[in-house]
Amino acid sequence: MSTPGSAPRPRLAVHKFASCDGCQLQLLNLEDELLPLAERFEITHFLEASSRVLPGPWDVSLVEGSVTTAHDVERIGRIRDESALLIAIGACATAGGLQALRNRADVEAWKAHVYPQPRWLETLPTSTPISAHVKVDHEIQGCPVSGAQLLRVLLRLLLGTQPDLPGHSVCIECKRRGTICVLVTRRIPCLGPLTRAGCGALCPSIGRDCYGCFGPADDPNPEALALQLRMLGLPAADIARRFRGIYNAAAPFRRVAEALEREHG
Amino acid sequence: MAERRTIEVGALARVEGQGALHLTLEGDRVVELRLEIYEPPRFFEGFLRGRAARELPDLMARICGICPVAYQMSAVHAVESIFDVTIDPAVRQLRRLFTCGEWIESHLLHMFFLAAPDYLGLDDGIAVAKLHPVQVERALRLRKLGHRILALLGGRPVNPVGACIGGFARAPTRSEMASLESELVHAAGEAEACLRWIASLPIPSRPQEIELVSLRHPHEYPMNEGRLVSTRGLDVAVSEFDSAFVESQVPHSTALHCRRRDGGAYLVGPLARLALNAEHLTPAASAALETLRPRLPSFDPAASVLARGIEVLYACEEALRIARSYEPPAAPAASWTPCAGVGHGATEAPRGLLYVRVETDAAGDVVAIRIVPPTAQNQARIEDDLRLLAPRVLALSHDEARRSCESAIRDYDPCISCSTHFLTLEIERRIRSED
Repeated sequence: MSTPGSAPRPRLAVHKFASCDGCQLQLLNLEDELLPLAERFEITHFLEASSRVLPGPWDVSLVEGSVTTAHDVERIGRIRDESALLIAIGACATAGGLQALRNRADVEAWKAHVYPQPRWLETLPTSTPISAHVKVDHEIQGCPVSGAQLLRVLLRLLLGTQPDLPGHSVCIECKRRGTICVLVTRRIPCLGPLTRAGCGALCPSIGRDCYGCFGPADDPNPEALALQLRMLGLPAADIARRFRGIYNAAAPFRRVAEALEREHG
Repeated sequence: MAERRTIEVGALARVEGQGALHLTLEGDRVVELRLEIYEPPRFFEGFLRGRAARELPDLMARICGICPVAYQMSAVHAVESIFDVTIDPAVRQLRRLFTCGEWIESHLLHMFFLAAPDYLGLDDGIAVAKLHPVQVERALRLRKLGHRILALLGGRPVNPVGACIGGFARAPTRSEMASLESELVHAAGEAEACLRWIASLPIPSRPQEIELVSLRHPHEYPMNEGRLVSTRGLDVAVSEFDSAFVESQVPHSTALHCRRRDGGAYLVGPLARLALNAEHLTPAASAALETLRPRLPSFDPAASVLARGIEVLYACEEALRIARSYEPPAAPAASWTPCAGVGHGATEAPRGLLYVRVETDAAGDVVAIRIVPPTAQNQARIEDDLRLLAPRVLALSHDEARRSCESAIRDYDPCISCSTHFLTLEIERRIRSED
């Protein structure tokens, strides 16, 4: 393990694609750990935080955001070439983000709706995850990623071990913190049974529905949950819309949303 | 023949999002100036159509990682005006507390991590921390308290999950609020110390003719409600936004530019709020303002960082007042029934006025939505500012000229992702003798 002064520190870069900046902000939001972290890594490219921008290569590149322009397709290729490890962080980088809702829409019509001169814009018809373009070594899920998970992954890299993020669902987090199930006891349409742990079951803990912002857990069964939500009396279109959320382009959510929409006609 | 120069900088750092500046001068005359914003558009106004109004707080938050509360609140207020929801006064206070948290965390990030390095000739906040550990650690401590407020009401600071149409999913208990209160007791003192230190740094000065625009409320420093007012006599309801302002598209930016109807650029943000609402500051914030005259209130964008410091102090005092007088609401959220209509909402995001217009159908689904972020409104103003600054940086070295322009842009704390778009500053300087 490298310690300050004893060995060269790993070079860390943070790159941004189409996003809200919230995931890289989670790094800056690690108030207690930020300064020690900056001792362990040499941060050589983090535009939001520093004017000191050095060229690659990098030992670790954290990539936030989705790919939505031809220029960004080239840029992610160059970043991959210069990065020993590439880690996609957040819903945009791992699944295309909320903005992947464009993938099934007429983007030209949207451009015309939002902009008086749509021809001045250069944008692809799709918003795609980093893994659709280059090999990704690790993915950290969440919208935003959890600061604790981000820190854990970085520390494990320093220790020379693999990230060990949970693959289980938010339900387990509710059980751990003793939160009574909102779906079973209050008939609130919660996506917790399908959603990856990491947030600490924030939404159920305040008595509302989880809306899936950490994406699908390992081996989810969205069809079974869709059926449960039907039994609560929710219309198919409304259930489909819930899956067309932050992780709309993630395969298990997309699959069940499409099935529900077909049924709805 | 006048010498023709183009100034380019590789990439603008320490702003949220990315963009570029292109500046060409002939002698000391600016012949071309473009603040190029090429952040790829994410089409929120496209994909929010057809969504349930209920979903707007969760979806709108994703526009900006650093000021999600303002996006949530502008949309929530617009929708509540359509559904005619009556808000419990205790909930209204909680919403002010929520905004206090966002102002504290966003302003301190700008003051210590984005702006302070400029005044000290350093690259980043980490370098500032090495030289001034006590100061930066204090700011981080206070910023953490901002996050604590956001977490109490929203679960987490980025993309908080607590806000909903009608109020909050859950209201804090008395004991939770008492615990926050105990942490807030010393916050104003810490905020004063933060402001004092920032004010001791060599902050530049660029006073100029500007129209300042903000919300104004008869009884309080504006956050979620008020009329649209300006230093040149504008005074209209939020629903009259279009009578005062007009959005247009320019080829070099993916963010729409917003100007006054007469074509003039204007400024939104802490400098404007302070100039138009100073009489509603809390006691310590008001006293701190007195010590900063004549730098504030003023028409000097470079003094914005001091206005942020005043607002952090204000937010700490206001948060403490709210925590002290807290009585839990009868219900955390008012009930509502969807209906068709058009609603307008405006809040004061950390970076300034954030206007949203929502149209719903009878089921409460969004038919149309328009979002006017603060940075979209400040774009034209930033360009005007740089046009004034450019002749003054000619005598400087390339590096100093670039730093001056970048620093001027940072005074606005631009949030390009907010505009759902990308800012890389490129100032390139080329000296070409005429043939």
